[in-house]
Amino acid sequence: MSAKLERLCENLRGVLGDRIVSLVTALEQVTLVVAPADYAAVAKTLRDHADLRFEQLIDLCGVDYAAYARSEPDLAAPNRFAAVSHLLSLGHNWRLRLRCHAADNDFPVLDSVTPVWNSANWFEREAFDLYGIMFAGHNDLRRILSDYGFVGHPFRKDFPQSGYVEMRYDAEQKRVVYQPVSIEPREVTPRIIREENYGEPGRA
Amino acid sequence: MPEIQNYTLNFGPQHPAAHGVLRLVLELDGEVIVRADPHIGLLHRATEKLAEYRTWVQTLPFMDRLDYTSMLINEHPYVLAVEKLLGVDVPLRAQYIRVMFDELTRIHNHLLSIGTHAMDVGAMTMVLYAFREREDIVDMIEAVSGARMHPAYYRPGGVYRDLPDQMPKYEQNKFKNAQTVKRLNANREGSLLDFIADFCQRFDGNCDDYETLLTDNRIWKQRLVDIGIVTPERALQLGFTGPMLRGSGVEWDVRRKQPYEVYDKLEFDIPVGVNGDCYDRYLVRMEEMRQANRIVKQCVAWLRADSAKGAGPVITANHKVAPPSREKMKGSMEELIHHFKLFSEGMHVPAGEVYVGIEHAKGEFGVYLISDGANKPYRMKLRSAAYTHLSAMDELSKGHMIADAVTIIGTMDIVFGDVDR
Repeated sequence: MSAKLERLCENLRGVLGDRIVSLVTALEQVTLVVAPADYAAVAKTLRDHADLRFEQLIDLCGVDYAAYARSEPDLAAPNRFAAVSHLLSLGHNWRLRLRCHAADNDFPVLDSVTPVWNSANWFEREAFDLYGIMFAGHNDLRRILSDYGFVGHPFRKDFPQSGYVEMRYDAEQKRVVYQPVSIEPREVTPRIIREENYGEPGRA
Repeated sequence: MPEIQNYTLNFGPQHPAAHGVLRLVLELDGEVIVRADPHIGLLHRATEKLAEYRTWVQTLPFMDRLDYTSMLINEHPYVLAVEKLLGVDVPLRAQYIRVMFDELTRIHNHLLSIGTHAMDVGAMTMVLYAFREREDIVDMIEAVSGARMHPAYYRPGGVYRDLPDQMPKYEQNKFKNAQTVKRLNANREGSLLDFIADFCQRFDGNCDDYETLLTDNRIWKQRLVDIGIVTPERALQLGFTGPMLRGSGVEWDVRRKQPYEVYDKLEFDIPVGVNGDCYDRYLVRMEEMRQANRIVKQCVAWLRADSAKGAGPVITANHKVAPPSREKMKGSMEELIHHFKLFSEGMHVPAGEVYVGIEHAKGEFGVYLISDGANKPYRMKLRSAAYTHLSAMDELSKGHMIADAVTIIGTMDIVFGDVDR
């Protein structure tokens, strides 16, 4: 781990103290996990504190951990939905990944960080559209990518790849109609997770 | 006197100046924009969802189809992210090839961006000149990968194959006589690198031509100067990156500040704007093309240098990641197994998560990958610059005339494959 990342971790520990749920450095990237109750306050501190100064929110996305195969220490939180954001500090020239798991799996709610970083606006709309994560305090939480009148949240792990409905032009009604999807889902290459050291020579 | 109400206008989704399928709902007070509400998603193909059902290499060609005006540069963060998760090393020669094609793609993107922007605000000539040079770059991409628009040339661990020794030539047909063919083939006699070197030598002069057409053009300036001004503070708040951020005077370039590949060994300058208006962003893009040309020249010089330094593998020798050569595959059982496993099951990427952001032609393009150790990504998030830029459409166009909306869309350099993903 480079000296710079160590300094970032020290600063984070110093500033945030016990608001850190976990702080992991892997592949030269720092991941900070916070509790949903602290999320908005931590975001503001990350932006404003002189030792951190994350002026820019580069990315924010929803993640559905429902089908995640391995229980990593930092993923131990049993909650399914999380918002993951990537922050950038131009002054200090470092990046941070901030993750916050929503408390309720059936109705995931997180605070909106739009007041802190305005660029979160469309990212949060996207996470709401695709994963159904609600962002409290967002003043325009509409669907953004899916169709007008779309039902469901298509990027959730329990939503099939081919969806539930398809559309076609109906010559009799003279308009585009929705109907149940007629194609069957198929998987060309199955999803496989091999055990440790699979295929290594000398393994029984 | 009758009461005058605000007027709502639907701009697009099929509008020639919308740069794709953008539906923009404009609320107007006379000719002044009060509110602009972009409706996007008409080209949403759920690339991120599709990636969860495909192996790591099968996802790569999707990247070309995101921002179809800068294809190779899209593949770059994806392969970098996979390489980082795998921990494989990339041969130096492959790094130079990638950087060279990144910069050629940047020129390609800016040519299209400035060309169509000029066309949107009424200067038809520029797009014709821009497409002339763009054609050469598309030919280079075709020569190296076999495809003009969707190359799928970068691979985790390197690039698919080395640069060709011959440049494809024009052939005589009923539209092209022998004399024309001879003229067209004049710079195609040597290798691909010779062709690129010839292009680089020409290109600075071409940039001068473009500037003659636009930079001091009275109409161009009337349409661009003081339109869509963004202060540096707002640019950071709104998540702007790339030329949109540099146009506001913030000197930030991922290639320089957080160098990847061989950018720390190359010389180039970062142009910045002063006023943060559309005109400054145009100037930044113009200078970026010249700087990209400078980088390409350095890469060509390195790749051409003495054979000991230049020649070498262009993809990693780790056959759990990259396929073995056909020759080896036919002679060795182990290589045959590698080949079979790689093309049926695909490679396995260790569990973990990684975000890689690079300096795309439009801004920062990032790929966030979560792997749980399977032969497919668990989650892929694509961070495209144009998406963030378009989200500021309302703020940028508020208070401007309706004709300026077209200028602002042009300056954002949006491509809908990139915005909707």
